[in-house]
Amino acid sequence: MYALRQWSVRHARGLNAFYRGFESVLVALHPLWKRLGYQRLERPVAAVERSVKGLLFDCRMCGQCILSSTGMSCPMNCPKNLRNGPCGGVRADGHCEVRPEMKCVWTEAVAGSARIPGGMEALRPVQVAVDRRLQGRSSWLRVVRERVGDLE
Amino acid sequence: MIFEDEPVPGYPLPILPGHSSPGRFERVLRAGHFAVTSELAPPDSADPEDVYRRARIFDGHVDAINATDGSGANCHMSSLAVCALLTRMGYAPVMQISCRDKNRIAIQGDILGGAAMGVCNLLCLTGDGVQAGDHPQAVPVFDLDSLSLLETARTLRDEHQFLSGRKISYAPRVLLGAAENPFAKPLEWRAQRLAKKVAAGAQFIQTQFCYDVPLLRAFMLQVEELGLLDKVFILVGVGPLRSAKAAEWIRTHVPGVHIPDEIIGRLASASDGALEGRKLCIELIQEIRTIKGVHGVHVMAYRQEETVAEIIERSGVLGGRVPWYPGRDPQTNTNRMAS
Repeated sequence: MYALRQWSVRHARGLNAFYRGFESVLVALHPLWKRLGYQRLERPVAAVERSVKGLLFDCRMCGQCILSSTGMSCPMNCPKNLRNGPCGGVRADGHCEVRPEMKCVWTEAVAGSARIPGGMEALRPVQVAVDRRLQGRSSWLRVVRERVGDLE
Repeated sequence: MIFEDEPVPGYPLPILPGHSSPGRFERVLRAGHFAVTSELAPPDSADPEDVYRRARIFDGHVDAINATDGSGANCHMSSLAVCALLTRMGYAPVMQISCRDKNRIAIQGDILGGAAMGVCNLLCLTGDGVQAGDHPQAVPVFDLDSLSLLETARTLRDEHQFLSGRKISYAPRVLLGAAENPFAKPLEWRAQRLAKKVAAGAQFIQTQFCYDVPLLRAFMLQVEELGLLDKVFILVGVGPLRSAKAAEWIRTHVPGVHIPDEIIGRLASASDGALEGRKLCIELIQEIRTIKGVHGVHVMAYRQEETVAEIIERSGVLGGRVPWYPGRDPQTNTNRMAS
């Protein structure tokens, strides 16, 4: 929802801190996930992730979440799917070129990043091209497996 | 101006140490000249003469010609084809690639194809949204963005492989460029975005239209603070405005073009708007030229391309230099071809 999405950017700092804690818990529970089977968990976890992040961020389930590097403004809501910063078409009022009724996802991302400690630095790395095969899959489980080195 | 190791003007040059391409445009930039580029609007036609006629207008006044890739999301002859036609005549095109219409498979193929046809310069763009053009029903692809496109092109060139890791036997020798808009929000982050583009492989930048020099100066200061001045050649976008009414239309309808009220006021109070527009453009070029870190101008004169020569001539930025064009040195051409 658009209003909630804007709320999330305004509360980027708190949401980011919460996510950091949440991620550590998920990572700590890796042995449990492993026993239950990541394959088996994929659908239910993705469903939870879709509803929570869908509500807060209008998440599009790209499966490779970078919200912490974009000030809690989901870049997949950009009509051009820009993951590396705003295009040159941002309107004078800071709204989107393609959807004038919407604030530019990236003016929001810069504002949100300024609220997160180290957020501006997190904007800097070049994000590589999206892997479209991950569309619809859980980013949370993927992050855990990346962190513990369990990815095939 | 002829480079002494230019076999036949218009043919590929030897690649000098530290250079990426065999092109004249890179030579001009690295030699420290103030470069001039312009933009060719690809025709709605399959007649090559329509391309050559549009290119000839710039003869002797520009170092490279940009071939736009479905600009404004309108359908025209493809930039790859325009470039292939231009290189046949020896012109130095800048092939624009937009991410709107093609996925990574098609784009990488076009980069190889363009380089094989003699294209030495690429401009990596995200592209306008499909809603802006004459086919709003089309699917917007945006598989890559301008940054991942730059990285892709650099991977092809420097690592001799596709994004998949599969090897290519002869890498494209190209100079990589990108666009930037110092006049759009978030202003405070625009120089950072330029830094990202340089990190992703951009070697030259062509900016959006500049009608606000103080904003440009502020942007260039930030670029300098980030230590980028010796890492990238910046060409500032300029163009003549036809009238106050046209300027008003552009700033409300063309995404990302910022025109201050004073400019519109000045055009409105002039007796001949078009003449004043050209005068203003010349003044802007002369002022922009003095800004530290600016290496040239990119003159965009959509539907008034015939004014580019006069604007460049009167601005004096070429300082007597005559950029190469087909037929400039017939004598030299014949001699060198014979030897």
